[in-house]
Amino acid sequence: MAPPVTAALETTGLVKRFGGLTATDDVSFRLERGARHALIGPNGAGKTTFVNLLTGVLAPTDGRILLGCRDVTSASPDARVRAGMARTFQINQLFGTMTPLEMVALVVSERLGLGAAAFRILDANDRLIAETAEVLRQFRLHDVMDTRIATLPYGKQRQIEIAAAFAAKPSVLLLDEPAAGVPEAERRELLATVAALPADVSVLLIEHDMDLVFRFATRITVLVNGRILAEGEPSAVARDAAVREAYLGEAQHG
Amino acid sequence: MTDRDLPVRVRASLQRARRWHPAELAFWLLALAAATLFPHQLLILNEIAILALFALSLDLILGFAGIVSLGHAAFLGTGAYAAGLFAKHVGSDPLLGLAVGMGVSGALGLVASPLVLKGSDLTRLMVTLGVALILHEAANSWSSLTGGADGLQGVAMGPVLGLFDFDIFGRTAYLYSLSVLFALFLVARRLVRSPFGLSLRAVRDNRLRASASGVPPARRLAAIYAIGGAYAGAAGALIAQTTQFVSLDVLEFHRSADLLLVLIIGGAGYLYGGLIGAVAFKFLQDWIAALTPQYWLFWIGLLLVLFVLGGREIIHGGVKALAARRPVPARGARP
Repeated sequence: MAPPVTAALETTGLVKRFGGLTATDDVSFRLERGARHALIGPNGAGKTTFVNLLTGVLAPTDGRILLGCRDVTSASPDARVRAGMARTFQINQLFGTMTPLEMVALVVSERLGLGAAAFRILDANDRLIAETAEVLRQFRLHDVMDTRIATLPYGKQRQIEIAAAFAAKPSVLLLDEPAAGVPEAERRELLATVAALPADVSVLLIEHDMDLVFRFATRITVLVNGRILAEGEPSAVARDAAVREAYLGEAQHG
Repeated sequence: MTDRDLPVRVRASLQRARRWHPAELAFWLLALAAATLFPHQLLILNEIAILALFALSLDLILGFAGIVSLGHAAFLGTGAYAAGLFAKHVGSDPLLGLAVGMGVSGALGLVASPLVLKGSDLTRLMVTLGVALILHEAANSWSSLTGGADGLQGVAMGPVLGLFDFDIFGRTAYLYSLSVLFALFLVARRLVRSPFGLSLRAVRDNRLRASASGVPPARRLAAIYAIGGAYAGAAGALIAQTTQFVSLDVLEFHRSADLLLVLIIGGAGYLYGGLIGAVAFKFLQDWIAALTPQYWLFWIGLLLVLFVLGGREIIHGGVKALAARRPVPARGARP
């Protein structure tokens, strides 16, 4: 038997209670290396709470979170980013007064450990310039790189959400409903972006859009009432009677 | 455009953002020329330079890092007393005293920073206000050290750099304060365009995303709060040194409140707001006080209300229009 390979991201017995409400209920979850994994579930299933636990925005009531071999259960959000886990947000969280260039440069500069340098010049660092340019090109942001983010169209802002997370060169990337609210016309570009993410990045997609989930994911976890209801390959999950009842049926109406 | 050009364009864009605008050079030349142009106004020019430095300090923490404060006088007063006491008991060298004032205030900023890192803007307003009140009362009560309500007497200053004696017209005072302001402005200008400065803007714009980008917000805010404290301490030290006296007035609430007004007039977040605001505020104060000595607070109050309700757009529109004449969009000029 081959030795067990460490997962890119793993939780064991993760619990989060808000007073009497259990938003995350004993969730043990593995994100394999290089995975294209989707996390789905009806509204209020606890998907966002789960992401917030993974990224350190919330502290779990119980359980552990391992990023590779490292226990990050009590690490700060920024420490987790430096350890290789980046995320996007369901609702845009951008630096409104910055340009896409500045925002990407910020993430790159933090990753290169320059963030505390108060007397260095941003444009003096060749690596920072090269990597910033590369991310801007990859996400097709170079044409708008000098425009204030707040004034850009919504679809572009969604692109920046992903670009900023990607600029952190994560080993684990959490995409929290990347297609939420993106108009049809700009959707194609966004889906292409998600599809083009490098294979060595392990991606967890939290999504409502079944079309995107089934096109993207090779593995699906269904979360209902804070618990894992089912997990498996897309076709198996789609056939699962409990899942159909709890989730897919509802999604077809909504 | 080819892909190979992109790094070049990225670099050029970052370089443009820190290039000197001709208006900036004009501003500083005018400030220097004022020493010759207005030989009878040097004392008020000195006050303006000090207020500008004090406002620059608030701009660093409010405009660039988003920390609101209603008690910035705490740092001004600490710097003033530290420099005053240093001159009285240790040595009369101005630059050494300035360093001591900055150091003590900066340390206070670092110590006080945990108080302002958490909580909402309202919490911060109350906490900063509270700290300033405590320091004011402490300075008042500890009269054996500070002179209490009588003020700190016997602050004697040596010549600046061992060369320039302070004169009764305020010539040395103004040039000294202006030099300190300019030097610290250069540092601030460099700082806000550094990776550190960029991370501060990130925290100000969106703290959640900042930490999701690898920025440790608490550490960065503590650092800028200490730096802001040191800047305000420098302004306080200049007051102590150029007037050779420190009174409780440096810790009064109106110092903090006026400062917010200065920054509101000038606009926060582009470094010149505090400087322009200081000039405007002092002239306004002087002009109105000469017009109606008894009622000047009434007019200041009225102007403040009108200004915040509408006038700000007009003034800042002008500044923005000027900045927009740069080769790139007005990135620095945030109204």
